[in-house]
Amino acid sequence: MPASRPLAFVGARLVDPASGHDGPGAVIVADGVIADIARSGGFESLSADIEVVDCAGALLTPGLVDIRVKTGEPGSEPKETLKSAARAAAAGGVTSIVLQPDTDPVVDEPSVVDFILRRARDIGLVHVYPAGAATKGLLGKGMAEIGLMREAGAVYITDADHMIVDSLVLRRVLTYAAGFGALVAHRPADPYLSAGAAATEGEFASRLGLPGVSVMAERIMLERDLALAELTGARLLVDQISCAEALESLKRAKDRGVKVWASASINHLTFNELDIGDYRTFYKLTPPLRGEDDRQALIEAVANGLIDVVVSAHAPAPAEDKRLPFEEAAPGAVGLQTLLPALLALYHEDRAPLIDLIAAVTCKPADLLGLDAGRIAVGAPADLVLCDIGAPIRIVADELLSKSKNSPFDGRRLQGKVLRTLVAGREVFRAD
Amino acid sequence: MNTPAPGLDDVRSRTFPFPRRHFISAMDLARLEIGDLLDLADSFVALNRQKAKKLDLLKGRTLMNLFFENSTRTQSSFELAGKRLGADVVNMSPRSSSMSKGETLIDTAVTLNAMRPDLLVVRHASSGAAGLLAQKVGCSVVNAGDGRHEHPTQALLDALSMRRAFGQVDGLTVAICGDVLHSRVARSNVILLQTLGAHVRLVGPPTLIPGSAQRWGVQVFHDMREGIAGADVVMMLRLQLERMTGALVPSTREYFRFYGLDREKLALAAPGVKVMHPGPMNRGVEIDSDIADDLAISLIQDQVEMGVAVRMAVLASLAARLDNE
Repeated sequence: MPASRPLAFVGARLVDPASGHDGPGAVIVADGVIADIARSGGFESLSADIEVVDCAGALLTPGLVDIRVKTGEPGSEPKETLKSAARAAAAGGVTSIVLQPDTDPVVDEPSVVDFILRRARDIGLVHVYPAGAATKGLLGKGMAEIGLMREAGAVYITDADHMIVDSLVLRRVLTYAAGFGALVAHRPADPYLSAGAAATEGEFASRLGLPGVSVMAERIMLERDLALAELTGARLLVDQISCAEALESLKRAKDRGVKVWASASINHLTFNELDIGDYRTFYKLTPPLRGEDDRQALIEAVANGLIDVVVSAHAPAPAEDKRLPFEEAAPGAVGLQTLLPALLALYHEDRAPLIDLIAAVTCKPADLLGLDAGRIAVGAPADLVLCDIGAPIRIVADELLSKSKNSPFDGRRLQGKVLRTLVAGREVFRAD
Repeated sequence: MNTPAPGLDDVRSRTFPFPRRHFISAMDLARLEIGDLLDLADSFVALNRQKAKKLDLLKGRTLMNLFFENSTRTQSSFELAGKRLGADVVNMSPRSSSMSKGETLIDTAVTLNAMRPDLLVVRHASSGAAGLLAQKVGCSVVNAGDGRHEHPTQALLDALSMRRAFGQVDGLTVAICGDVLHSRVARSNVILLQTLGAHVRLVGPPTLIPGSAQRWGVQVFHDMREGIAGADVVMMLRLQLERMTGALVPSTREYFRFYGLDREKLALAAPGVKVMHPGPMNRGVEIDSDIADDLAISLIQDQVEMGVAVRMAVLASLAARLDNE
């Protein structure tokens, strides 16, 4: 492949949380990496063979790192393929995605990790990293081949939406994974308390007549998980924390020095239980949407760093799984393409500094998983997104690139248009 | 080492009365006593290699092998040791499954005690069982393995194998690798080797090393390459295959990849490294056949031979005390 021309982005608002910079900036991309950075509008002199892109004040940040993405590949390709997910990611400014292991077959042994990495290489759009299962078949009993999957390229260990109920099993998974330095993610939800629930227990769910689950189901499981993390000294990622009660537990554990990190989904930062409204199944999620107080507490926690990572929790579900009565509908929402504008809404509403919001989707998740991504530094891979943060956009679900169109943002007006996305210096998306 | 085979008087002069009635734990052994036992065992090695292997040191004594857990090698080793010293040997294998622990064990002990054995060799699946029996009988009790607690004669035979291979145990770096959590062999070896001045390392996945092992005065490694780097002795432990189901390790292939002993990992050990295994081996799980069968580095066959000699030394010393009573 002939080397493409070096590219200079000038006149940008450069936001690089890793170096703490939010201000005028310019970047030169050559040979797939960041070749030079200026903390000003441009470079004093540029050689003639460099193609110059005038950003006109648009936001230039590291490409987003989304560590909780589901596709349907392998096993449920009609929902979403790696290719359709990668295209949606690129259009959303997401340059690295971490796939959940609950596919068919389950990613619980190294050959499936290999398969996914090979498919992703063939597609070649964005960086794809698989997460490996914690237990065989996600059954919560026997341990999966954590060490071999790590060697094959799995970046963290999780049973995705399956809870590991047996505390001894989770203890051993944490202990064993720690021996390899692997991060274990677990979603805190007591499966007995949440059985059959379609919404958060409370006045609203009871008026709608929907079976509800108390937020305490999250706190109970989280307290156990935190105690096991403290016991084993292992690194734990709390997957999609969603309520104020659980944030208290998280804070206490962090203050005690437990090695714990937490993610929140963009959906729980954007919507609350009232959005379910007239039984709209695109708002059926796991964990279910919470009350407004919880949403406010989550935003606060992202702003003050208690929550480390924001994820899209991209979970494609085709129409046949969503066009059902609320209780019977599949949970989950696609989100790769809406993650960035939805996150920018918190900035436009003046809820958090832009640099802190960007950190939660770039350097923080990258550092947590040890990925060479999420920062704009000389020599780093040129994974970049250029975004006009003021531009109004209207989300139309049918126009999203995911094969499944289950977006709760359908019809929403947001601000923030992705103009270009670069992965390793190569343009993988450009707005019309 | 080719010590000439000793005569009866020679052995008598070397045999010292053991300071305790029972042989339960490596913890009870002082460094000097271990040295004496190993010297005596050395002379029995020579005896065992000649045609006439029999002495009448234990003539008239009754040795009872009481094995609640199945064991071919340890039981026959004790049986041979007793017979070569002239004792009458009885093997008892009560079905451990039909016996509930505690009271029934004591009932059995009281019954057997009434038959007036002199030496009772016990193996039991529960930690502390040998010690419990010792409180209830009038004879000498030898612990042939109690649960996850101890297997002191195994540690002695390992020490003898090492001493014969290296000249001394003091200063050796010994890496004990594998399922330390469930291993009585590991616990006895840690104690005995440290008493003798060896540097002990424990190597294995964190699920198979007790969390508090750091406080045993050993170095703990979860990366086998680091753990056996520069080691003089690599002692592999048996991985019980039922550990796969308990979420302790994922699979035999992953275990072998990270904690199995192969040539590549062994190349990191000290030149002249010796490999040991208490048996029975899972070839291809914790140890490559290629290494187990290489007589230049494997002491595994020596360990079995030393087992008989060491047990003769223990029985002889205990009997010498009985003679004095």
